[in-house]
Amino acid sequence: MTTKLLEIKNLYVEYVTDDARVFAVNGVDLDINEGETLGLVGETGAGKTTTALSILKLLPERVGRVTRGSISLEGKDLTRYTEADMRNIRGEIISMIFQDPMTSLNPVLTVGYQIAEVLKIHKDEKENRQVDERVDEILKLVGIPPERKHDYPHQFSGGMKQRIVIAIALACEPKLLLADEPTTALDVTIQAQVLSMMNELKRKLRTAMILITHDLGVVAETCDRVAIMYAGEVIEAGTVEQIFDPEAPHHPYTVGLFGAIPDLTKKTRRLNPIDGLMPDPTHLPEGCRFHTRCPRCMEICRTQRPALREENGHRLYCHLFAGGER
Amino acid sequence: MVPVILGLSFILFSIMELTPGDPARAMLGEYAPQEEVEQLREQMGLNDPFFVRYWRYVWNALHGDFGVSYRTNIPTVTEIKNRFPATLKIAFFAVLIAVILGIPVGIISAVKQYSAIDISSMVSALLFTSIPPFWLGLLMILLFSVKLHILPAVGSETWKHFIMPAIAMAAAQMATLVRMTRSTMLEVIRQDYIRTAKAKGAAPARVIFIHSLQNALLPVVTAVGISFSNLLGGALIIENVFGISGLGTLMVESVTGKDSPMLISSVLFAALVGGFVNLGVDLLYTFIDPRVKSQYLKRGAK
Repeated sequence: MTTKLLEIKNLYVEYVTDDARVFAVNGVDLDINEGETLGLVGETGAGKTTTALSILKLLPERVGRVTRGSISLEGKDLTRYTEADMRNIRGEIISMIFQDPMTSLNPVLTVGYQIAEVLKIHKDEKENRQVDERVDEILKLVGIPPERKHDYPHQFSGGMKQRIVIAIALACEPKLLLADEPTTALDVTIQAQVLSMMNELKRKLRTAMILITHDLGVVAETCDRVAIMYAGEVIEAGTVEQIFDPEAPHHPYTVGLFGAIPDLTKKTRRLNPIDGLMPDPTHLPEGCRFHTRCPRCMEICRTQRPALREENGHRLYCHLFAGGER
Repeated sequence: MVPVILGLSFILFSIMELTPGDPARAMLGEYAPQEEVEQLREQMGLNDPFFVRYWRYVWNALHGDFGVSYRTNIPTVTEIKNRFPATLKIAFFAVLIAVILGIPVGIISAVKQYSAIDISSMVSALLFTSIPPFWLGLLMILLFSVKLHILPAVGSETWKHFIMPAIAMAAAQMATLVRMTRSTMLEVIRQDYIRTAKAKGAAPARVIFIHSLQNALLPVVTAVGISFSNLLGGALIIENVFGISGLGTLMVESVTGKDSPMLISSVLFAALVGGFVNLGVDLLYTFIDPRVKSQYLKRGAK
């Protein structure tokens, strides 16, 4: 049994603005082992990015805060870390790849500088020559000619920028990589390239990864385990096999997500989306958060929170399966 | 720049032509006999048609002759050469004060948004943009010259004379700079690449000075350039308040004295200086933002 690298327990995150309190994350439990890839799947606004940002304590200042729960890295609770302590974690032990490569690089600094910077921050004993060599090495690793390190971000294409962002994230060989929809802003062919590259690098560097996405195809290709989030909660989690097994019991939301993928073998004229919208996170519904959109909603769903049903590590929160039968 | 100067000279020439008053009469005095005035008009070529005279002016200007002051008979270029250094000194010190104080205060209030420092600096910035510089100048004269006798009130002989006018002019510029720096910094701080920098583990000072400042500087540099060229164009009122014989007072004297060659030359000079300052600002852009630089390079390569 491998050791737990990161363990999130009962995490609650709120955004407080002048006119509203937004309940972005409501009691999330997640864990990830060394070298493992965890897919975090859900609609826009499900709290995926917020969860990732709270791991690094990069929630928007004055607005976002963790109200309850713990995040422990190798047994140490990060929620108690000070800003200065967190700076040693960020980029060195946990690093993050952001959604939009177009805006996540600084336009006035060369890419070489931006990669070297993370090395200089964390490996201050290193000589400048060594930093230079490492920059070349990491650029080669992500498939960019090292002589382009003197160029500025605007001189690169979107796919190359994302490779540079990945290079920055991996420069210090972190133990955990938080990848927030790393391929969403890229077109499909580049997506495939970037994903296979990330998979390869992850294997080479033995980095664990939390991959945030809403693309189930990407999950199937890259992840070991999956957690499906809805309205700030993990509603179903398990290994990829368990989640993708059509025979196993599934949360109606998961069923809906899979149903929304068009099937090439069947003749359908319309796509099958899940009806309705994500509930307003300032006024979450009573009972099961999904009951307003659930096709199999029962009386109990409107009033009572579903309990955990666990089977071989496959976790499920739904009243349908509360008694064990389908 | 050439069309601007040409157009400006034409407009100025027309204005001086259309406003009432006779330069020959002004030169000779109110009680000079009419024949003498007529004779002088003929001598100065004032009786020629408007376009002939304009053409003559442009032609001479192209040969480096910008005319002679009607009042003093000194070539206008020499006169400007004598007057401009005073204006340049005040403008330079004013901009220097505004930059040295304005930009850091702007950065601090952006970083500590909604703190006591931020609120007090915003309130004082609002105050200083609203205070007319001449009034501030007069108040300073009252305090430092009349009451405390620390600084001289008028003149431009020693560096002490420049302190008050420079501060009076700097106040408003500084206030705009503070507000501008603050708002652009706030905008930059919210950008994704700042979050990337934080995710790298960069310390706050590094995030501010290396990642934010350079990106926020572009609009600020533009503002500094504009205020510098405005100040160089002669701060008419401030120069009058402090009795400094700079470009501003020269212009005022020329208008009242119907001294059109002098006025045209000095306004053209101010326009020229403004143009050069803007050119300098544009060149500075390429050092700040590599995107601007590659734009120019591409155009050059075509």
